[in-house]
Amino acid sequence: MNDLVEVRAGVYRDSVSLMRVSRALTARPGVSVALVAMATGLNVEMARDLGFAVPATATPGDLLIAIRAGDEDELTAAAADLELRLSERAAGPGAGGTGPGVLPRTTRSAARSAEATVALVSVPGEHAFAEAMDAVEAGLSVMVFSDNMPVEQEILLKDRAGERGVLVMGPDCGTAVIGGAGLGFANVLRPGPVGVVAASGTGAQQVTSLLDLAGVGVGHVLGVGGRDLSAEVGGRSTVQALRALDADPATELIVLISKPPAPEVARAVRDCVFGDGGLAKPVVVALLGPGQDDLTAAAEKALSALGVPVPEWPHWPAPQTAQTLGSARASRDTQRGPLYGLYSGGTLCTEAELIARTMLGTDRGPGSGTAQPPGSGTAQPPGFGTTQPSGFGMARFVDFGADEYTRGRAHPMIDPALRLEALAAVDRGVVLLDVVLGHGADPDPAASLAPALAQAAGRGVAAVVALVGTDGDPQGLRAQAARLNEAGAAVFTSNAAAARHAARLAVP
Amino acid sequence: MTLSMLTGEPHVITVGAEILAESLDRQAVPRTGVDWRPPMAGVSADLLARVLADPRRERANETAVGRLLSARPMLVGVRPAREVLGLEPGTFFHAGPPITWDRASGPMRGALIGAMLFEGLARTPEEAEAALAAGGGPNGGAGAGTGVTLDSCHHHRTVGPMAGVVSPSMWMLEVADDEHGGTAYCSLNEGLGKVLRYGAYGPEVIDRLRWMGEVLGPVLRAALERCGPIDLRTLVAQALQMGDELHNRNRAATSLLVREIAPAVVEAAPDRAAEVLRFINGNDHFFLNAGMAAAKVSADAARNVPGSSLVVAMARNGTDFGIQISGLGDRWFTGPAGVPDGLYLGAYGPADANPDIGDSTITETTGLGGFAMAAAPAIVRFVGGDVADAVAATTSMYEITLAEHPAYQIPGLGFRGTPVGIDVTLVARTGLLPVVNTGIAGRVAGTGQVGAGLVSPPAEAFTAALEALAGELNSP
Repeated sequence: MNDLVEVRAGVYRDSVSLMRVSRALTARPGVSVALVAMATGLNVEMARDLGFAVPATATPGDLLIAIRAGDEDELTAAAADLELRLSERAAGPGAGGTGPGVLPRTTRSAARSAEATVALVSVPGEHAFAEAMDAVEAGLSVMVFSDNMPVEQEILLKDRAGERGVLVMGPDCGTAVIGGAGLGFANVLRPGPVGVVAASGTGAQQVTSLLDLAGVGVGHVLGVGGRDLSAEVGGRSTVQALRALDADPATELIVLISKPPAPEVARAVRDCVFGDGGLAKPVVVALLGPGQDDLTAAAEKALSALGVPVPEWPHWPAPQTAQTLGSARASRDTQRGPLYGLYSGGTLCTEAELIARTMLGTDRGPGSGTAQPPGSGTAQPPGFGTTQPSGFGMARFVDFGADEYTRGRAHPMIDPALRLEALAAVDRGVVLLDVVLGHGADPDPAASLAPALAQAAGRGVAAVVALVGTDGDPQGLRAQAARLNEAGAAVFTSNAAAARHAARLAVP
Repeated sequence: MTLSMLTGEPHVITVGAEILAESLDRQAVPRTGVDWRPPMAGVSADLLARVLADPRRERANETAVGRLLSARPMLVGVRPAREVLGLEPGTFFHAGPPITWDRASGPMRGALIGAMLFEGLARTPEEAEAALAAGGGPNGGAGAGTGVTLDSCHHHRTVGPMAGVVSPSMWMLEVADDEHGGTAYCSLNEGLGKVLRYGAYGPEVIDRLRWMGEVLGPVLRAALERCGPIDLRTLVAQALQMGDELHNRNRAATSLLVREIAPAVVEAAPDRAAEVLRFINGNDHFFLNAGMAAAKVSADAARNVPGSSLVVAMARNGTDFGIQISGLGDRWFTGPAGVPDGLYLGAYGPADANPDIGDSTITETTGLGGFAMAAAPAIVRFVGGDVADAVAATTSMYEITLAEHPAYQIPGLGFRGTPVGIDVTLVARTGLLPVVNTGIAGRVAGTGQVGAGLVSPPAEAFTAALEALAGELNSP
């Protein structure tokens, strides 16, 4: 047994440092006990209990060293190690050591530390309520991009927001523009006098892009979520957003856009706009539905209200190549027939389908009278499986942005794979697609779509594209249009115009 | 209505999909990102949403934490437990949630044995153990006839460090809340080494307790009567700025307390002043017990606010770690107490350590201790780390707390207030458990302290509390 016992008079180290030293030495091979501590009565007693011969002179102001090792060499090595550790100065990062690198863990905490004006929540839907509630409680408006939030949570959130004087945009709100900042999917818009309230993301993108193309700017786009005008939610956020824009000094004209709303809610909203105590500012209402204005018509009404002439909406006809010219008459019959709408935007899909339904009727398909899903008989392409999507007669429309297609994968405006698969399976007739540009969307949709459209043209399929975007969009509206057009597609900046064109092609 | 976001420059908090955040970055829109993660294991999103949807919650939490923050703890007296708590012979209070003898750990048993000896209820440790084993349960338990009754300190406006055993003859610090009128108690600190609170019960332990009852307590009482109540809130605020975190480091606070009380001690008991002051000076943790009573009286002010998810007590009995919630009355939510991760005295090691024990987590409950680690760089190496780790520990606690203390500030964080008021829902959402600094007791009764370090509370205590909050909403 080899013991080292030493008392160093007047040497002070804090007890924690010394406990670290003791622990490190005890961990050395061959060391059975290492006690390095201030020589307090307690520590001296402990050392004596362990059998160390501690000198009687030790006082609490002295450093006590007591090490026991298996042999002399191990003890010498431990003693050398001890010197190193005792001479070590506290290193590490400088005073404070605080760094700004640590992010807050909740919206609540972020709101506490930042001068935020709005929160953008896109966590999985089941968890979105907590984050959105944090924002509301912190007095912030919130855009809930997440979908699959239970409707009772949405109602509660909107009621709480109403009490707080903040707005809940969503859930399932894809688009908002606040003071020039595009949240979610949003086009780059010139600033201006129009304020938009939209229960429809792509609907808002269509209208604001057309306004921008006509030279009219947009101040704010307030999304409210696709369910806001349902009977359950009752337009809670819509009414709030309308009033907010009415009170916003920079807004001169308000455009309200929604997918087909619940009739009683549509009435209530119209009352809020036009009834007693209604809005002071002019409002253009575009509530999609049979017999209602389409989105392009709503944009044109807004222009008229502002006294701005309605331009011819940019479009690029399908190239009249030698092949298509030569076979024009022959292909007339083969091109007739099924119209396939492959959409990424829900409202754009609804709008196009309404137009096609009006023009084509419901049961006027050739032959069987019902268009077969493309590629039927073999592996079903996505969207045209056994559970038939919305479809009628000789036209079928699929909204690839609907929940059933986005579970476990990105929105088709980001990930084109499913739509390209469906497009590849179309072997006749007319195919109508939307391509939405702007922030958040595919940075170069033509890169994957143009080759697929060229192949479709090679199969004799006529392609029509509704291209929603502005000249300011990062993808470049005209560059995208040119590439899609060169691939054989007729390209329209108005979805309604694209739908009419496609329906005309499909008419026998 | 007007919406503030429509005017002025947008600044967006982004939580969720990175792609949407990147899109804002490309637009050069200022934003604050959130490091969001799914809730703690075992917490369903639906349960969490139901609790968060409680219309009372936000206001209730504001009220509860507001009371905690505005409490004004004053040390008003030092009196025997039998007098202030009505403790009868044979009745013992202990740290943590209620526990029976058969489930009690070594140090808890040791302390109870010591208390039996101290009270003269047993002549030998064996005799004490037999009596305790026969009748040691909450409120007498199964053996009510044998005259031994155990109960949780927390049930009696009391807290005790480590085993926290309180018997009728012990002298208690009495702390009154000048703001809300509450009172709380804690025993006198015995010092380090072989002491009752760590489960030691040898003759020197009992002798010291006798001296504390015969000399220390009465002298302090007389001194306090002379100098008047001592403002503990001010004292804690100062100590934080002098390097204490008020749980594992109380050196500054003890020094300040001595400075406050020393003249009165000398005046009140000139013959005894030297030994009393020497005793206090010899124990850097003397203030801990006063700080704990101050924390207890503050946390108690926040109790019983319906709908509040604020944690009003965290306490361990050496076997279970329990928490109590403002909106859930006196119910305990428990999980197994963990073994602290820390540094050991001398030859002791983790194998010698008892699971976490003591009511001293009342300091963390009120935003001190582990929550204020950034204020105490001198002891950060308990964490096995450096100053940056201490800053990180404190900073992370802002994520699970409702407020920042207006008076308790941390110089190293730009005088930011300490993180105060643990919200069960925030713990469940972030999975961040309270950081607790603690002493480590030896697992064998009679050993005493073997080390100090950090410990994590059991997550299940918090999930159980969350479930109970949701359950309350379902009941009529």
